[in-house]
Amino acid sequence: MDVSLDLLINAIVSGLLLGGFYAAVSIGVAISFGMLDIVNIAHPAFILLGSYVAYIGNTYFGIDPILAAVILLPAFYALGMAVYQVYHVAFERRDDQSLRGLSFFFGLLFISEVSLVLAFGVDYRSVQAPYIGPSLDLLVIQLPWRLLVPFLVAMAMVVGLQIFLSRSFIGRAIQAVAQDQLALRLMAASPVRIKRIAFGLSFATAALAGAVLIIIQPVEPSIGREYIGRIFAICVLGGLGSFGGMVIAAMTLGIVENLTSTFFGPSWAPAVSFGVLLITLAVRPSGILGR
Amino acid sequence: MASLDARPAVGGVAPGLGSVPFILALIVAAAAIFGAGKLIGNSYAFFAGYVVVQYIVLGTAWNILGGYTGYVNFGVTAFFAIGAYSTVVLYKLVPALPLPLMIVVGGVMAGLVGLGTGYLTLRLRGVYFSIATLALAVVVQTLITNWDFVGGARGAYVLRPRNSPILGGEYMQYLFMVMLGLAVVVLATARAIERSTLGYGFAAIRDDEAAAEASGVPTLKLKLIATTLSGGFMGMAGAPLPYYVTYLDPSSGFSLNYAVNAIAMPLIGGTGSWLGPVVGAILVGGLQEYIRVTISSAINVLVVGVLMVGFVIAAPQGIVGLFQRKR
Amino acid sequence: MASSLTISHVDAGYGAVSVLHDVSLNVGAGETVALLGTNGNGKSTLMKSIMGIVRPSAGSILAEIEGATHQLIGLETEQIVDLGIGFVPEGRRLFPKLTVTENLLLGAFRPKARSAIHRNMDFCFETFPRLKERARQLAGSMSGGEQQMLALARALMSAPRILLIDEPSVGLAPLLVSRTIDKIKELKVGFDLTVLMAEQNFTQAVRIADRGYVIVHGKIAFTGDSAEALNNNDLIREFYLGT
Repeated sequence: MDVSLDLLINAIVSGLLLGGFYAAVSIGVAISFGMLDIVNIAHPAFILLGSYVAYIGNTYFGIDPILAAVILLPAFYALGMAVYQVYHVAFERRDDQSLRGLSFFFGLLFISEVSLVLAFGVDYRSVQAPYIGPSLDLLVIQLPWRLLVPFLVAMAMVVGLQIFLSRSFIGRAIQAVAQDQLALRLMAASPVRIKRIAFGLSFATAALAGAVLIIIQPVEPSIGREYIGRIFAICVLGGLGSFGGMVIAAMTLGIVENLTSTFFGPSWAPAVSFGVLLITLAVRPSGILGR
Repeated sequence: MASLDARPAVGGVAPGLGSVPFILALIVAAAAIFGAGKLIGNSYAFFAGYVVVQYIVLGTAWNILGGYTGYVNFGVTAFFAIGAYSTVVLYKLVPALPLPLMIVVGGVMAGLVGLGTGYLTLRLRGVYFSIATLALAVVVQTLITNWDFVGGARGAYVLRPRNSPILGGEYMQYLFMVMLGLAVVVLATARAIERSTLGYGFAAIRDDEAAAEASGVPTLKLKLIATTLSGGFMGMAGAPLPYYVTYLDPSSGFSLNYAVNAIAMPLIGGTGSWLGPVVGAILVGGLQEYIRVTISSAINVLVVGVLMVGFVIAAPQGIVGLFQRKR
Repeated sequence: MASSLTISHVDAGYGAVSVLHDVSLNVGAGETVALLGTNGNGKSTLMKSIMGIVRPSAGSILAEIEGATHQLIGLETEQIVDLGIGFVPEGRRLFPKLTVTENLLLGAFRPKARSAIHRNMDFCFETFPRLKERARQLAGSMSGGEQQMLALARALMSAPRILLIDEPSVGLAPLLVSRTIDKIKELKVGFDLTVLMAEQNFTQAVRIADRGYVIVHGKIAFTGDSAEALNNNDLIREFYLGT
């Protein structure tokens, strides 16, 4: 095989950028699964909802897709709080998280996907923005802005949430809630309220992740499913509960996927994350970077 | 393994029919349904009936793992499609092979994949198994999309023979009969499991796996038996599909509808016993068929999703559970 | 600013098992009261009933805090803490994967405690210099004695008026037990607290207690109105100390 160095370097660099985007997609699950121990497998479906919000804002109102998602952040936050409330009353309190709680999120995933099909059909949709198209050229490396912007948005999300979690009272309580709920109550904090807020935040990240998703690639309602394996592979590989590990895992996966599609063809890329997930689960389930 | 399978319930504790009369009753019911189809004489009845019976098999297969042990398999489409694509491969290699043998091959393939996935992930908490099965569906689809021999992304055509091999009449009647036969096998197995020590072992895992492990239940072995059986039956349910649809491509073979139906039907009907998936498949399958004909096929899949979410929230024991409580 | 606790005729238990029978007890403003008894007699259940972790089936638990009286039965644990009642639970219940500082800051989650956060933190570090040395260490990686200090300090960060301490001596070496008990006295004075302490180490508890109750099989078996009364009681010697 003719492996040129340029091709390799470009594949690695754009893999890094892709990995940054994967961090944006995964951070919501890093919160819900990693910190709250709630296995929200419907997260990718809500990311896709974010993509369509960005699409509507962009196509019908001419707004920048990221701005459209930012405007809708409060709505996603509220939706997340509502979903958590239902989950808490119907499953957490009955201690029925595994069978029916998981099926609940699976049902939400399906309902959301079918609703999008009903509303928008199965055609691919995309957005317009000045940074979609041009690239930043640095010597032999080409950095397409449509990857660079999502990367920057993702890093802003990671840093912003990390600061919130470590510096605010609510943030610290979110970190504590999975460790010991009774102890948290003894700090005068209601675990249900803290989880509701955290779950709302996790949903809010889906709005932004959706906007960057539709910047990177055109979307149709079923592509959310491809991201389930990816997201959970990243979260498990990164070791649950740490953003740092999650970002490193996301970038690793981005690079491996990019090399795979450069040298074997893009149709093989979705299989990479499953391989990574299975190997991690089989070899070191606490994650490569877990505590 | 075999001795566990066959052992009857201790001292006849389980109420109702014995195993042999139950199987006879199932065969009589299947024959009656088939006879009724013949009487209607309309080929639509066979097409619609096939779908409902296919979901009885799929739902019961899912329930052997999900309902009995509490481990949720979201990768139904992977196992179902492995069965379907095994048939496509066999059709291309040995077209003369009778359908029941193709079903056995499809079931063995899917069962092996179930065993492998379970072996890698079942030592961990149940959610990891569920996540792995979700990803499995994507990866099997990727493999098949990249496999030109079975048509790749373009799909494959399978010629449906004109006539039924045994009974005469349309081949569709034969497909329906085969699926009914499969339903008898799967239901008899599910009920036999419920009444055997294997079933008690499964229930112990579902109720408190740590306690089961501590009291000497070989949990990993039992979970692997359940995943293999469950996956194998799903593959069997998928094996006749190419003859039913005559054209199979990855996006239809891996349609999320199969997974949602296979999970929704037991949850709606009730996951505690063999009866739940049957009730769920007949009601939900029938309702879907009705909505598909009267309104639209896009709405009907939405209805299943909404029903499933509604039931897990409001009626966690399913329809069968509602009736048991009232008694 | 006096705060007190009055428990009257409380019955409580777990499901069908009843543990406490008609328990009445009071902790006056500024007092340190010891709740004495060996394992399994209901000390922890009483503490948990006050904190809303166990729901009493009968009786009343009144807390008077800064002039207002509150019925605690029916309130959630977090509401009770928010009123100004701190609790150091048995087993400490720290957040093992958070640092010492993060544990202390979580202690000040209560809105009323946030304004005094720096003053309280300084006081805690002054009282427990070891915690200051370990400020950035994960709580789960510390020794038992250090963890007990952190648990006490964390409860104080919520600026409570009444402090409940369940079994501070459990799992500690004898030298550490007496040091911990001394610290409780120091904190009580420093924060002007009202303290109810459940303890099975009779001699240590009585050193700092103004009064005490002995609980046997879920009933108050003896009320000692002074430390001397407790020390000199035959009943205690017989039932409790086993001499």
